[in-house]
Amino acid sequence: MRTSNLATKVINIPVVKAESQSTNEFIKGLWQQNPIFVQVLGMCPTLAVTNSAVNAFVMGVATLFVLLMSNIMVSSLRTFIPRQVRIATYVLIIATFVTVVDYLIQAFSLEVHKALGAFISLIVVNCLILGRAEAFASRNTVNKSIQDALGMGLGFTLALLSLGIIREVLGQGSLFTIQVMPDNFEHWIILLLPGGGFFTLGLLLIVFNWIQQRQNRRIAGKDHE
Amino acid sequence: MSDMSLWSIFINACLINNFVLAYFLGICPFMGVSGKLSNAVRMGAAVSFVMLIASMCAFAINLLLQWINAPYLQLISYIVVIASTVQLVEMFIKKFSPALFRALGIFLPLITTNCAILGLALFQTNRGYNFVESISFALGAGAGFTLALVLMAGVREKLALADVPQLLKGTAVSLMVAGILSMTFMGFAGLGS
Repeated sequence: MRTSNLATKVINIPVVKAESQSTNEFIKGLWQQNPIFVQVLGMCPTLAVTNSAVNAFVMGVATLFVLLMSNIMVSSLRTFIPRQVRIATYVLIIATFVTVVDYLIQAFSLEVHKALGAFISLIVVNCLILGRAEAFASRNTVNKSIQDALGMGLGFTLALLSLGIIREVLGQGSLFTIQVMPDNFEHWIILLLPGGGFFTLGLLLIVFNWIQQRQNRRIAGKDHE
Repeated sequence: MSDMSLWSIFINACLINNFVLAYFLGICPFMGVSGKLSNAVRMGAAVSFVMLIASMCAFAINLLLQWINAPYLQLISYIVVIASTVQLVEMFIKKFSPALFRALGIFLPLITTNCAILGLALFQTNRGYNFVESISFALGAGAGFTLALVLMAGVREKLALADVPQLLKGTAVSLMVAGILSMTFMGFAGLGS
């Protein structure tokens, strides 16, 4: 029951928002419609590569780039793409840019490429990118799609970074490979393991829900006065 | 990797490095479809089946790409082949076994965007498995995916009746459960070696 309530709430908020400030496509991706905390999209890379802040950052930027380029492509081609084969076309466009990113990262830093492994290639099946192409870029102008992609990509990167920072600081006692914790700090190894990824994201979701609930209560309180 | 026996590849993909709980592949269906036990079993079966076919196709594509010397086409051709395989399998099942088709229903098309399938194809290429090893890997991954999904569904069916705090409802508590499951699966580490 509660889950369905939550789902309708999540769907309702953006609609109201979109009507009241249709120009602000950029801001909504950062908080109101944050891809990870609100829409819970693109979970595989979120959990798999966030065991260190550097990996999380590279993954976020790579996704941002692919999202931006595919949104530009899809929205500028939106009148040419036949409706029947649109999903296949989007997937092809996305796969092309992911290949580009894959080779770029390999050229810049082989170390990071090794650490991320196949997960760079797996950006292709990140539901977030296909979701934005289908739900936004295929219906809006190039300008708006760029704003949308930047907002969503940044929201994704920030969420990934917050996960990566928590897991690296507590799990390895360092931040961006620079030691921040004192020498006698007991490392929370569990956070670096797969289980820790699930726990950290779960906790962050609780914090996010809590803040959201407080905001809603405050708005409701104002309405009563 | 070549000295690994087929059985150890199977166990490795199924339990030790479970696709869902250790590699985080296929989290979307894992969270979405694990509400009911019967759905979880069907989804697991569908994914395992497509994994097996996709694994064989990926092996063939890889040979072809090596022959024409175009490794940069790997990702694009994999995703296209997986998408069309899913379509083909869907039509095939519809024609020859309408009962199974009805049972699988919406889950078949959803598999196209399942990262577990693409992940499987990429991993088997990276590790340089031969044809028989690939099939063993695919079977193990499929069994592991089904196992994780069924376990999760079992827990969530109980969870639906439990009194969960308001803030934890929905995704948050599912993630916590997944975390605990993932920790239990770590107990299998060292089984294969």
